[in-house]
Amino acid sequence: MNDRATLNRLTTAAAGAQARYVHVIDDGDCNLWPDFFTDDCFYQVTSADNYRQGLEAGVIWLEGKAMLRDRILSLLEANIYERHSYRHLLGMPHVSAVDGDEFTSETSFLVVRITREGPTELFATGRYIDRYRMAGDDDVKLVKRVVVLDSSYIDTLLGLPL
Amino acid sequence: MTVPELTQPSPAPYVKDRPTWPAEDGASQVPYWIFQRDDVLEREREKLFHGPIWNFLCLEAELEQAGDFVAVYAGETPVIVTRDVNGEVYAFENRCAHRGSLLALEDRGNVKDFTCVYHAWTHSLQGDLVGVAFKDGIKGCGGIAEDFRMEGRGPRKMRVSILHGLIFGSFDEDVDDIEDYLGEAVLSRIARVLAGRKPVVLGRFTQILPNNWKLYVENTKDSYHASILHTFFTTFELNRLSQKGGIIVSESGGSHVSYSSVDHAGEKDAEKQAAYSDIRSESDISLSDTSLLASFKEFDDDITLQILSVFPNFVLQQIQNSIAVRTVLPRGTDSMHLKWTYIGFEDDTPEQRRTRLKLSNLIGPAGYVSMEDGCIGGFVRRGTAGAPDKSAVLAMGGYSIESGDDRITEAAIRGFWTEYRERMGL
Ligand code: FES
Ligand SMILES: [Fe+2]
Repeated sequence: MNDRATLNRLTTAAAGAQARYVHVIDDGDCNLWPDFFTDDCFYQVTSADNYRQGLEAGVIWLEGKAMLRDRILSLLEANIYERHSYRHLLGMPHVSAVDGDEFTSETSFLVVRITREGPTELFATGRYIDRYRMAGDDDVKLVKRVVVLDSSYIDTLLGLPL
Repeated sequence: MTVPELTQPSPAPYVKDRPTWPAEDGASQVPYWIFQRDDVLEREREKLFHGPIWNFLCLEAELEQAGDFVAVYAGETPVIVTRDVNGEVYAFENRCAHRGSLLALEDRGNVKDFTCVYHAWTHSLQGDLVGVAFKDGIKGCGGIAEDFRMEGRGPRKMRVSILHGLIFGSFDEDVDDIEDYLGEAVLSRIARVLAGRKPVVLGRFTQILPNNWKLYVENTKDSYHASILHTFFTTFELNRLSQKGGIIVSESGGSHVSYSSVDHAGEKDAEKQAAYSDIRSESDISLSDTSLLASFKEFDDDITLQILSVFPNFVLQQIQNSIAVRTVLPRGTDSMHLKWTYIGFEDDTPEQRRTRLKLSNLIGPAGYVSMEDGCIGGFVRRGTAGAPDKSAVLAMGGYSIESGDDRITEAAIRGFWTEYRERMGL
């Protein structure tokens, strides 16, 4: 099934989903963020160091779509931080290991953060290590997204999801 | 064409004398210049981080085998911690005996010795200089001075103490024994979390915070802000503000424990609840998956939260089953690193491990009840930028630094400043 036509089709599907994903975080309604995931999803933000060493903890460690919803709810209703926004720049997803209706992919990202009293600053780079599930003809949903930050150092706080 | 005038050497910058901190202010008025001045930072290096205090370095669990090392910091000074073939732990500056280059260029690893990349001078796992490249020159030419001796030339060593798996180091041989330094009350609360158990590192993250390191230290000792700034619990009506708890301040002031425990009778105390209800408005929203907050009984008491600090910059945290150590490290006057090491224990069941990982969403750079701590120091820095001559007020709970059984007090912060002034001679 790993023929070129399949890979191209899945790459396009993943790239489309990711374009919509970053749109909701950067410019849209981040309440929609959990909708890119399946109900039984897993979402984690960790560092390249921890990932390499097989350390399990995350800066964020969420299991199931309900926890992702809670994260957004908490950000919008409960947590206190200074207004800021992100701009994501994504690389092309690199799709590998197709198996049944699921496949894995990796995508490089770069996120700049714009704070209330500050300039646009480089905030994070890294890669999404993803497992997608086909959901209809051209749509895919994330079963698992491990956000692997290149650096173990995080400036101030991580509010909005990556 | 005009030739530009030669620039005159500029006069030495005018450094304003350090203002004095009036003795009568004690620890209840803290001048903002204490966070802003380079000369204070320099004095902290000498009197605190290089003085007779204990710097937390790393966990013993990070040095399992002979030759294992971890590169860390004591204040702003880079330090290597090692385990030698004799099984002992050593700590010394991460600085070559020759011209001062870093010796360890990785955060951790296993080595036979530390050979400097610059000119290959070799240092043992105990931090002694043991080899000089081309010492005798080549074919009778060159080589190091006849009278040069390697003894005593190595990087500065630290005295090391290991307490329930925590490795502390001091640059001052005359520092009090760690047990006396902490005092019985703090000591027994470290033992409560760590004694007789084998920690496992679950992850490490470092937060870069835009403020003086002392602002974060104050924050960890500030039990007054916890229920106000961190609205996660109150918003989702998960708050346990009526829980009984209290604060222990060490005798010298600088170390502390704040704790709270399950109190079923107290939770029903409507009057106490009402006292908090006007701080933030009530909401009708709730978490859809509260398994995030599930916990298991880990300790044989009812304490569900224990934040413990060791003067000047170490924190041991138990929030339900989320256990972590934090180190607060200065990086100039206006920046600091907050190092988090999340831990579990060797005999955790898979279910218990999962519980810890879920609960860790509460803490760290993105934590539901700690992300606010990441920005609040920066708000204070920016708020006080033009007011070095003004002071913060620490009058909650009176002016004492005594232990007590409520948490609406600034006693532990006053304790910190009391010991700080004493040791800094300010
Ligand atoms: S600086 Fe280390 S060998 Fe020269
Ligand atoms: Fe806090």
